[in-house]
Amino acid sequence: MDRLNARAGDIAVWLLLLTAPFWLPRVGSYVELGTHVVIIALAAMALNVLLGYTGVLSFGHAAYFGLGAYGTALTIKYIYPSTPLALLAGIAIGTIAAAAIGPLIARLRGVYFAMCTIAFGQVFYYIAFQWSSVTGGDDGLTAWHRMPIDLGFAELDILNDNKAFYYAALAVFAACTAAMAFLLRSPFGRTLLAIRENERRARFLGIPVDRHIWMSWVISCFFVSVAGGLFALLNDFVDPRALRWDQSGEFVIMAVLGGMRSFWGPLIGAAVFVVLQDYLSSATENWMSFIGLVFVLVVLFFPRGVLGLIRRRLAS
Amino acid sequence: MTLLRVENVSKQFGSLIAVKDVSMVVEPGELRAVIGPNGAGKTTFFNLISGFLTPTGGRILFDNDDITQMLPARRVWRGIARTFQITEVFPELTVRENLRIPVEVASGFRLSPWLSRADEAAIRARVDELLEMGSLAGKAGRLVGELSHGDQRSTEIMMALALRPRLLLLDEPTAGMGDQETYDITQLIRRLHKDQKLSIVLIEHDMRVVFHLADKIMVLAEGAMLAEGTPQEIAANEAVQSAYLGKAA
Repeated sequence: MDRLNARAGDIAVWLLLLTAPFWLPRVGSYVELGTHVVIIALAAMALNVLLGYTGVLSFGHAAYFGLGAYGTALTIKYIYPSTPLALLAGIAIGTIAAAAIGPLIARLRGVYFAMCTIAFGQVFYYIAFQWSSVTGGDDGLTAWHRMPIDLGFAELDILNDNKAFYYAALAVFAACTAAMAFLLRSPFGRTLLAIRENERRARFLGIPVDRHIWMSWVISCFFVSVAGGLFALLNDFVDPRALRWDQSGEFVIMAVLGGMRSFWGPLIGAAVFVVLQDYLSSATENWMSFIGLVFVLVVLFFPRGVLGLIRRRLAS
Repeated sequence: MTLLRVENVSKQFGSLIAVKDVSMVVEPGELRAVIGPNGAGKTTFFNLISGFLTPTGGRILFDNDDITQMLPARRVWRGIARTFQITEVFPELTVRENLRIPVEVASGFRLSPWLSRADEAAIRARVDELLEMGSLAGKAGRLVGELSHGDQRSTEIMMALALRPRLLLLDEPTAGMGDQETYDITQLIRRLHKDQKLSIVLIEHDMRVVFHLADKIMVLAEGAMLAEGTPQEIAANEAVQSAYLGKAA
């Protein structure tokens, strides 16, 4: 029954995502909002590999999201105007930075781990903020845009065709989520669950916990930098806020809001967050207080998140 | 050949000496009980062997290799598995998943992103075998956190066995159990010892269990070794009687 529900859930998610560009305009929205949700959802799901499946809280994921974004943007602007190449460069930069910082923090736990991730994240924020000649500083990196993708037999005009860009982003999202689902169901994925459930027991079953936390961190940061690269391409723009700690906090909020113990939970959290942000920010400057209110209500009354609530309803 | 050799280990926490100059030799196939009053340093002694703590003095040899400073996970890879005084399991996973994780680690799949069909079948078979051995087959799909204390204990022992250890350390396996559960666990330990010739060191308060199972008994008191010998020798030892057994009776 559980497995059937999960399968039905998967199908529902993919149907909604695949048809989004067609129904979004009919419900008074627009395609770019859908693209925004897909990209931010990828970041929240990436964070959840670490948060929900390994039990380790990072408050610095925006750093690798931002590095992916800056890496992509800088490559197109200064090095070579190719979208796939730029995205790969962004992913490489974000992942290498995470891999290098990982060993310094993988031994820390709880609030100490979270604090150190913030600290390292802020380092990248200030570099982007201060190094104006390259990054554009506080004004952000402008005067570049994503390039149409040459497929050999045809050209995918992701620059002017918003549906084409949506589906390009969705294809990357699909590949990434498939890889995450695959990893989490593997023996390696189960060692992460073991660490989340009981670190002491995991250690005394022969799992080198610090090393596995490092690996989970790098995998999580890899996928978050993919999302960062896509985010830069979506906006044809990056600014230092993409790296800042409040952006990291938003990813955590999305994961908790949607349900961090479930695979699709962060997707739902990201959708709620991004859509609320879109509508509320056009009505009021204080949109964040409304999201905060929703967040508090969810945490108080449905600690397993929106998806946790749906699951319980289905079970009873 | 000696399996475990503990040479004059000590552990000091600040001014408190929890374990003082204790030595112990465990031969392959031996079942040894460590007894002593509360605060005698039994669990600390276990923690030194399993790597949860490192000693402040002395050394520990396993298979003639010095493991005194080795990390816990490495000691597990060498063949030392343990359970804890307060049961340590994965409460929100099923019994089957709890057993599957150590089976996969012990089979060398800790880092595998996938399993071949043959490996998958072998792992399932091994998990089923462990479920059977621990009388847990009927509860395989239940979350461990929902099981009775006794079943959680059995699960933890089976998780340790899933590692195919050469030395099993059991810290008070029957603590907090009813008579029937105590009997079941005792029979299980006995089978592991007699049928599988597994080397076991256990800490135990229940003297019926100790005298029923142990080949040799070591008595700790105030961090130091008070006596060592066969159950008959320990029962006859006057120092032990006055320090420990006398109080219990």
